[in-house]
Amino acid sequence: MDDMYRELILEHYKHPHNAGTLDAPDISHEESNPLCGDRIRIDLSVENDIITDVRFQGRGCAISQASASLLTDELVGKSLHAIQAFTKDDLLDLIGIPLDKNPVRIKCALLSLKTLKTGVYSYLGAQPEAETEDL
Amino acid sequence: MQTLSQFDILAIRREFPILHQESRGKTLAFLDSGASSQKPRRVIDSLETYYRTTNANVHRGVYKLSEEATFAFERARGKVARFVNARSQREVVFVRNTTEAINLVAYSWGSANITAGDTILLSVMEHHSNLVPWQLLAQRTGAKLEYLDIDGDGRLVLDDLDTKLQGAKLVALTQQSNVLGTINPIAEITARAHAAGALVLVDGAQSVPHMPVDVQALDIDFLAFSGHKMCAPTGIGVLWGRRALLDAMPPFLGGGSMIRTVELHTVTFADVPARFEAGTPAIGEAIALGEAIDYLAEIGMDRIHAHEVELTGYALDRLSGVPGLHMYGPPDMANRGGAISFTLEGVHPHDVAALLDGDGIAVRAGHHCCQPLHTLLDVPATTRASFYLYTLPEEIDRLAVGLEKAYTMFA
Repeated sequence: MDDMYRELILEHYKHPHNAGTLDAPDISHEESNPLCGDRIRIDLSVENDIITDVRFQGRGCAISQASASLLTDELVGKSLHAIQAFTKDDLLDLIGIPLDKNPVRIKCALLSLKTLKTGVYSYLGAQPEAETEDL
Repeated sequence: MQTLSQFDILAIRREFPILHQESRGKTLAFLDSGASSQKPRRVIDSLETYYRTTNANVHRGVYKLSEEATFAFERARGKVARFVNARSQREVVFVRNTTEAINLVAYSWGSANITAGDTILLSVMEHHSNLVPWQLLAQRTGAKLEYLDIDGDGRLVLDDLDTKLQGAKLVALTQQSNVLGTINPIAEITARAHAAGALVLVDGAQSVPHMPVDVQALDIDFLAFSGHKMCAPTGIGVLWGRRALLDAMPPFLGGGSMIRTVELHTVTFADVPARFEAGTPAIGEAIALGEAIDYLAEIGMDRIHAHEVELTGYALDRLSGVPGLHMYGPPDMANRGGAISFTLEGVHPHDVAALLDGDGIAVRAGHHCCQPLHTLLDVPATTRASFYLYTLPEEIDRLAVGLEKAYTMFA
């Protein structure tokens, strides 16, 4: 259990990276987890389909908020198509905690990815793939 | 703790097989009885005995097994009636749970008696199960919902009760809040409601398992409660209602058992309680509820309540020493039961619950099906510890230590 709350997670929860909002984001999307009320909004600036800036704002447990902090650290310089290809397992690798046997908390971890992907898909006018809908 | 030793919790705990296991490498401390209680061996045995020896459909067969099943099922109804001091066992309707009982009243009594402009008086501490059925009824009929407020200690504000009762046809209230632990003065509210011409439905999900509840002494009109929170299986619950009210109510679900005669275009309905028990009921579960009631009554509801009051008083005191902990609900044990909801500064309620789980302590985190109450408390969620007859003071100590650890970890 304490694996779930190792130093990296606590650090990102207490001092989240990329916290806040952007003044004129090209993409701004919010998602929430109705089960626990966790909420995350991600703002992105995009130039030629490349992410140039990112902020997130949220409320929720350490796992959901640290996940958003870690995920947003990866985004600047990436293309929107790379985001479409970014998977659930990629995010879990990034967080590095054993959530595969914890279906309740995995939802917390994946809320940031769901927010990001839904925002990007809707910007591109594309249908999210089945995996995103299951997040 | 003198009464705790007199109560002999260790002997009680020996009756509950599930409590003697490890969780995450620690002895399980089950502090979530408010969500669902554990079951003593004799209740589990009674389910098994029913399915091994007596299983047959009730009220149908003329053969021996069916007669025995019917007899055991109806005997369980009698036990329920005596447990809440009903005037007759015909006032006891078996349903799935508290939620179904309240929905039954909202659909059946509500459709026949509520019209546009009528008021239904609730409180802001209601569980969604005693809130959403009335919202649905209000949407169907154009009735208005009014709410009693709570004060800073989580007690109902009754100063404006008489004003809010004007035009009210029904008051639907919880007897004990599942979040705050507050025990509401049902007898007093009922007297004032009746004086104003309103009926009173009591949500007893959190009170019937934990204290003596006497429907005649309270003088209420409907009582709803669930078996699974009082040592019985899931899938069985009770609606008690005054005979004259039930007699006048139209059916809720249609089907087998609830009829007297059926022709292709007409039907006449059975008397209560059968009128409200369409389809094959949860027979084994009802019989096991009867067994759970025998078990609780043998220990004594007064003694169970006294144990929980003493234990919760100890918990309020012990937890008040935890840094960063904020508890909701009454700060003392005057009219308070065994549920404590709290937040820990700097730590989200789900993280609190997950960290406690790591120490083998089972608590619940979330809004506990009381979103309006949490909005009012201005928190998205809380963590809740809730107690029962088998809860040990040592488990409260472990809870306090776990919370201190969580606070330090996130500080």
